[in-house]
Amino acid sequence: MKIIVDRDKCVGSGQCVMTAEGVFDQSEEDGIVELLDPEPPAEAAADVRLAASLCPAMAIRIEDAAQ
Amino acid sequence: MTTASEPAADPAAVPHYPMERAAGCPFDPPPGLRERQRKGPLTRVRLWDGSTHWLVTRYADQRAVMSDPRVSADVRRPGFPNVAPLPPDGASGLSFVTMDDPEHRRLRRMVTAPFAIRRVRAMRPAIQEIVDGLIDDMLAGPKPTDLVEAFALPVPSLVICRLLGVPYDDHDFFQANSKTLIRRSIAPERRAEARRALLDYLDGLMADKLARPGDDLLSGLGERVKAGELTRTEAARMGVLLLVAGHETTANMIALGTLALLRHPDQLALLRESDDPALVESAVEELLRYLTITHVGRRRIALADLEIGGQVIRAGEGIVLPNDIANRDPDAFPEPDRLDLRRGDARRHVAFGFGVHQCLGQPLARIELQVVYGILYRRVPTLALAADLEDIPFKHDGAVYGVYELPVTW
Repeated sequence: MKIIVDRDKCVGSGQCVMTAEGVFDQSEEDGIVELLDPEPPAEAAADVRLAASLCPAMAIRIEDAAQ
Repeated sequence: MTTASEPAADPAAVPHYPMERAAGCPFDPPPGLRERQRKGPLTRVRLWDGSTHWLVTRYADQRAVMSDPRVSADVRRPGFPNVAPLPPDGASGLSFVTMDDPEHRRLRRMVTAPFAIRRVRAMRPAIQEIVDGLIDDMLAGPKPTDLVEAFALPVPSLVICRLLGVPYDDHDFFQANSKTLIRRSIAPERRAEARRALLDYLDGLMADKLARPGDDLLSGLGERVKAGELTRTEAARMGVLLLVAGHETTANMIALGTLALLRHPDQLALLRESDDPALVESAVEELLRYLTITHVGRRRIALADLEIGGQVIRAGEGIVLPNDIANRDPDAFPEPDRLDLRRGDARRHVAFGFGVHQCLGQPLARIELQVVYGILYRRVPTLALAADLEDIPFKHDGAVYGVYELPVTW
């Protein structure tokens, strides 16, 4: 899977960091999302999907690998 | 005023909102909301001023509305569904909670970093110390005692004071004014006075922070004032928002949560007998879902036509979103009326709202509640209610639900 985050949309709720900590972080400066791992391993997929669904600003997009 | 899409129903049949809870069921949303939820995705409600608006009750629909950029949270727009009269002084107390982007984003981003997960986690030891100290004091004092006064209110007050850089010694002043500000049954003029008093107080504090900056959030705002990014008035308004929101909500979750647990002894026993942080975390989420203390819901106004549940909300129409009933939607949460601290997915609740206005302070609220629920019942295992449930005064008239007093013994 490939993750794309939209830092303009992000409101810094921290849902993604709470859900998939190794993949997402928040910037020290403004609390806005930082993507640590844009192509996380398969084990992280469920957490990343949950993070995307919990993101209140709809700032996380997931692109699945071509079939 | 009616709108084109309003069904031509008997006006008397449109129920009033907020609705009343059933006697003897202080933890459950009003039965009228459950009824509307069964009825269909969109129904009509009438507010205090006679205006009618759309009521959205289902979990999925509420998420869709709250995250739609074509809705506005600006309470000043004509037709906005305000649940109480706006204070007569107009815009003087407005914060980014009732603004739309880009203004909302500009202001919210100035205070986002202090509430980031890692920053808030670093506060945990300090919160633990505050909680331990208050439990020590309570146990050393007389019983029965009022848990709100002795514990539930001081915990978040002390925490938010430390974070903002507000002197806790002033707590009688700001707690009394916060309480007035968010009590719907109090006349708008009185609420405006309370807000004015808080704004003046915060403005004075900002002056101190500008002169003698410290290591706190208000001093951080002071830096932005100096840099010309923020006016001092905006900074004071933000300070009021954070101070009020920072202690009223968590205080109510602590007291009402404790009462709910005392009324569900099997669930209380889980917390008393476990030191598993995962259980405590899920208990916090489940109590947030089950109690949803923001019981007058969220309100929005449509800026364009929206399709919700197969029906159309027209531009300019008001939308009322009671989060309490969405968190009891059986399509989202199986057996929604059961308090189940081990429920796996309670975290999907909308108690903090959804969309760009979702609660900024939620990481802090979560940690405070985790510390409290994780330790209070273990350190005071015989904690018991010292009054009949019928005699507990509930905050039916509050913007935030809870109890005014909670007499407990041990």
